[in-house]
Amino acid sequence: MPSQVKRLLLLFAVAAVALILLRHFLVPKSFGRYGHYRADAVGAIAASELRYSGHLVCAECHDDIAGTKKASKHAPVSCETCHGPGYSHSQDPTENKVSVPSGRERCGYCHNYDASRPTGFPQIDPAAHGADEPCASCHNPHQPELKVETPSCEACHTEIARTLSQGHHRGLNCTTCHGSGTTHQVDPKNIKPEMPASRDFCAQCHAEDATGPKNASGIEIAPRVESVTRVEKAPRVDMAVHGQDYLCWQCHFPHLPEARR
Amino acid sequence: MTEKPIKPRSAISGRTPEKGSSLTPGHDPLSERLNFAGTRRDFLKSLLKLAPVVGLSALGVGLGQIVAANQEKQYDPTKHWYGMGIDVHRCIGCGRCVEACKEENNVPRYPYFFRTWVERYVETKDGEVRVDSPNGSINAFPPSGVPEQRILKTFYVPKICNHCAEPPCVQVCPVGATFLSRDGVVLVDESYCIGCRYCIQACPYGARYLHPKKRVADKCTFCYHRITKGLRPACVEVCPTSARIFGEARRANTPLWEFVRTHDIQVLKPHLRTSPKVYYCDLDSEVR
Repeated sequence: MPSQVKRLLLLFAVAAVALILLRHFLVPKSFGRYGHYRADAVGAIAASELRYSGHLVCAECHDDIAGTKKASKHAPVSCETCHGPGYSHSQDPTENKVSVPSGRERCGYCHNYDASRPTGFPQIDPAAHGADEPCASCHNPHQPELKVETPSCEACHTEIARTLSQGHHRGLNCTTCHGSGTTHQVDPKNIKPEMPASRDFCAQCHAEDATGPKNASGIEIAPRVESVTRVEKAPRVDMAVHGQDYLCWQCHFPHLPEARR
Repeated sequence: MTEKPIKPRSAISGRTPEKGSSLTPGHDPLSERLNFAGTRRDFLKSLLKLAPVVGLSALGVGLGQIVAANQEKQYDPTKHWYGMGIDVHRCIGCGRCVEACKEENNVPRYPYFFRTWVERYVETKDGEVRVDSPNGSINAFPPSGVPEQRILKTFYVPKICNHCAEPPCVQVCPVGATFLSRDGVVLVDESYCIGCRYCIQACPYGARYLHPKKRVADKCTFCYHRITKGLRPACVEVCPTSARIFGEARRANTPLWEFVRTHDIQVLKPHLRTSPKVYYCDLDSEVR
């Protein structure tokens, strides 16, 4: 063999050994075990931190709420859909708390009306429904079906009840303004319910010094839904100058006070 | 008259059959599970394997204990092949999946990095199709602005990495940093990726992005750290209407299998032959 070929072969051999050595040190050990990738990477990805614990973990401690929810329309909704990630809470319940959504925004993500939502999914127009009250004032998020007792007046006066439910007076009992509702129920044809006769009646809540509606014996009448209709929140007017020649209901519609005549 | 062979459903409707999915005819998951190859020798061998079990139970070791010991075995990726079903009729576009995904996987909170997102399709009566996804729908959708009288059809489509069985992103990676794992999940090796963005270009579904801090490609992992622990992916966990069904794409009698068998299933861009494992039902032809 000529010496120049020998030198060339030696050069090749050195290059080949160098390549094998370099490969040995540069290519990770686990590369190519299962395919053209680093097998250890799978374990590293699988070891990432958990943030959501899953509803089964929540139910281990909060079995009462889970039971209520399971029987309601929110049964398919996971706890963490509304309360956010709860893994840290499940590890240390005293130190880490989950968020409790309030107000109207979070419920609206699912329940605000949008044409693209499937027909039949319960949706509301946020401008017309519930008059800016937090959803939780009327609906229990763990059992969203309305649990407020329906007044029996609604059985006959459905359209009034429906109008009433849209406005700020929706928390009031029918009997707050209409007095003898119960006797009217017994004999609706002959006994008509009372109606407010003077401006003083509305002034019980809407005058500047109002303290709330009282019945004939002077006892305060509590609203049906306290959180929705409170006398402290009622808009106030100076009864001496505000529309003094008229009765209130000549301009305002008591079943939907926001409506314009 | 000779009997015509029955064509698979996908062939009748002109779609590409999924390679290696449960839809291929002749696949029998039951025999696979029982592990009897069929010959008498194999059967006798497996009987021999059973002998110590029978002996132990005779000694008073409860069978339940053996079952429990088997369940505690380590996660075996070869036993799984993951996929996801998406029921577009159920999606309400609330965007909880998008938020949960960002929380669980520390996805940057910018409005253009998403591992999953929801698109709104609005088709008008004059043939126009509008698709939008404001901030990936993480705060649900504002009104579309199209008057309802003009709308012909409108719906939401959740999008996610399709975890293709033939992933083009894996094919183009020059260093082997992205790969299809043995359980059928397309993953990215963060410490090996050189951030060349080639895979981002190659993905026909736009499911990848370059992580702004780590400077590596990032994508949906089906929440690999959750599914290997027996939990559901975060987006599936929080979906309030069960629009996402996660599970085994090859095993019979699983929720995903039932979904695939009981719905008219489409995949995205079947002509690209990527064999996606995200199965949509009753998808509109406008959805790409």
